[in-house]
Amino acid sequence: MSNIGSYEKRYKNFDWSLSKKEMSWDEDGMINIGYLCADRNCDLGLADKTALIWESFTEEEKRYTFNDIRIYSNNFARFFKDLGISPGERVCIFLDKIPALYIGMLGVLKTGAIAQPLFSAFGEEALFTRLDDAATSAILTSRKHIGKVRRIRDKLPALKYVVVVDGDDMELKAGEYAFNFEKATPVEKFECYKATTETPSLLHYTSGTTGKPKGALHVHGSAVAQYITTKWVLDLQPNDLYWCTADPGWVTGTSYGIIGPWCQGATQLVLEIGFIPERWYKAIEKHKVTVFYSAPTAIRMLMKEGEQLVRKFDLSSLRHLISVGEPLNAEAVLWSEKVMGLPFHDSYWQTETGCIVISNYPDMKIKPGSMGKPFPGIVATIVDPKEFKPISHPGSVGLIALQPGWPAMFRNYWNNEETYKSKFKNGWYICGDRASIDEEGYFWFVGRDDDVINTAGHLVGPFEIESALLEHPAIAESAAIGKPDPVNMEVVKAFIALKPGYTPSDELKLNIINFVRKRLSPLAMPQEIEFRESLPKTRSGKLMRRLLRAQETGEEIGDISTLEND
Amino acid sequence: MDNEMKEVILQYIRDEYVDEDSGVKVDENTRLISGGLVDSFSLVSLLLFLRQRYKADIPDAEATPNAFDTVTSIMQLVDKYRKDK
Repeated sequence: MSNIGSYEKRYKNFDWSLSKKEMSWDEDGMINIGYLCADRNCDLGLADKTALIWESFTEEEKRYTFNDIRIYSNNFARFFKDLGISPGERVCIFLDKIPALYIGMLGVLKTGAIAQPLFSAFGEEALFTRLDDAATSAILTSRKHIGKVRRIRDKLPALKYVVVVDGDDMELKAGEYAFNFEKATPVEKFECYKATTETPSLLHYTSGTTGKPKGALHVHGSAVAQYITTKWVLDLQPNDLYWCTADPGWVTGTSYGIIGPWCQGATQLVLEIGFIPERWYKAIEKHKVTVFYSAPTAIRMLMKEGEQLVRKFDLSSLRHLISVGEPLNAEAVLWSEKVMGLPFHDSYWQTETGCIVISNYPDMKIKPGSMGKPFPGIVATIVDPKEFKPISHPGSVGLIALQPGWPAMFRNYWNNEETYKSKFKNGWYICGDRASIDEEGYFWFVGRDDDVINTAGHLVGPFEIESALLEHPAIAESAAIGKPDPVNMEVVKAFIALKPGYTPSDELKLNIINFVRKRLSPLAMPQEIEFRESLPKTRSGKLMRRLLRAQETGEEIGDISTLEND
Repeated sequence: MDNEMKEVILQYIRDEYVDEDSGVKVDENTRLISGGLVDSFSLVSLLLFLRQRYKADIPDAEATPNAFDTVTSIMQLVDKYRKDK
């Protein structure tokens, strides 16, 4: 029997207070995600239970109990507090998937500071943009990534502290501190910051079509929703071994790679390594993973490796599979049923929603290719793009809209209230995705409603890529679009007009690709470049990405009456 | 082993994927993908470099994380497809 039981009954009778009650949530008492993920489990008798099994690139294994997590996160909290970090200050966590990331984040939250996790593959420009916007006070990083921090530090006056988790034997510069959480004097007791449900907890940056990336601000009260969605969608039970493959630089990696599972007292596996099919299968077999949460791109890459590889391993420990990040195609659901004996359950949410809002559930019929149904407590619909009124006709395509007010919803965009407000129309939060609802209430994803590129489940803003491209000495004009890709859903394709004196060549393409990779990230790096004499613009000079995308995909070009004649 | 090729590829990897301040040392047997130095997305740029430098028409299907995991394995792949010999 699954945790959720009957979806229909749960949806009908749901109240968020159920989650609060299960978590022994006292409105007047202390609410701190750092406490909920570590200390509370010890209070409940789980001190000796394994919280984290971590496997390094070289397959070295480390295990941490909930008591270890409690003490080590105290060590971090004490260190940050002694350093001078105050509640509300932003502390960036810029680390690979190593234990210091997971435990350090809890330490930051225990102090009342706001954790700002960033994907460690970000290049210096991407890092600068986000640290500058948040006026971040401290950054937790490693020797591997400190070069990027050092190269931008002079431009970041608010950045007072650079903390290096493996900096014991390296030469540090002014304002840099080495901190090894396992070697520090154990801090048995740390008074966690007494947060309310509305106290800011995390700042997750996400991309839009225009402007710089936006920092979605979350609060400690989000745990109410992350707890119950973990319980009902991921179906975690006391003896499960859970593996979420997401990097905590992105919201899935924090909501369901730290907060949700540890609020449940679950044991989780983390692999430092990225996607290597054989290692992934081996890890499932070796650790007897029971619940696996991954992304469609990874699943399609596993499919690409073929059935022969998967059949080399014993994956019989698996009992529940879930997917997130982009639409899961029906073929992937059917494939996993065939080779793993279990279907993947697609789930839908975004950085701003903070928790799963639409999903397929255990014990509910899966329609392969569908996003599923709204989570209990979430009112979701499809609205028309003009008046933002719900569309009741089954199968009609509209914008996914959610009734505001669930606990994990973002509370603002950092320094950008205007954009935050623009996301609400006619009383609905507009997700920016198009979908339809069938006669049985299942949602079906159609596509984005803007130019944001979804590559391997990560949103990449075209404006950020185009801005980086324009910094290349050879480039006069640039446009970035998402080109459909069978594995990654979309990959970045760049259209480029060169400055006089430069000639298109393969060498220049490679140079440009590496330029963007190092400035932004491998995800933002164009996988394809097309040189053009000029790029299509409106008469007012606005880039017509829509036209380029239509030319690329063969879709209808639409109205081009505003196209500049050149 | 083609020493010149080894040095060219190693130098490219050091220049493009390894941060000077990281203290990371790379040789022909260093695990690039499974060791976290080069992510799978960045394979595209490495593949493009090899195709250009050695006129090696390495098919996309063979540009797998395993085949690109060390400079030694990369050289075997390049040798199989290079046209500038």
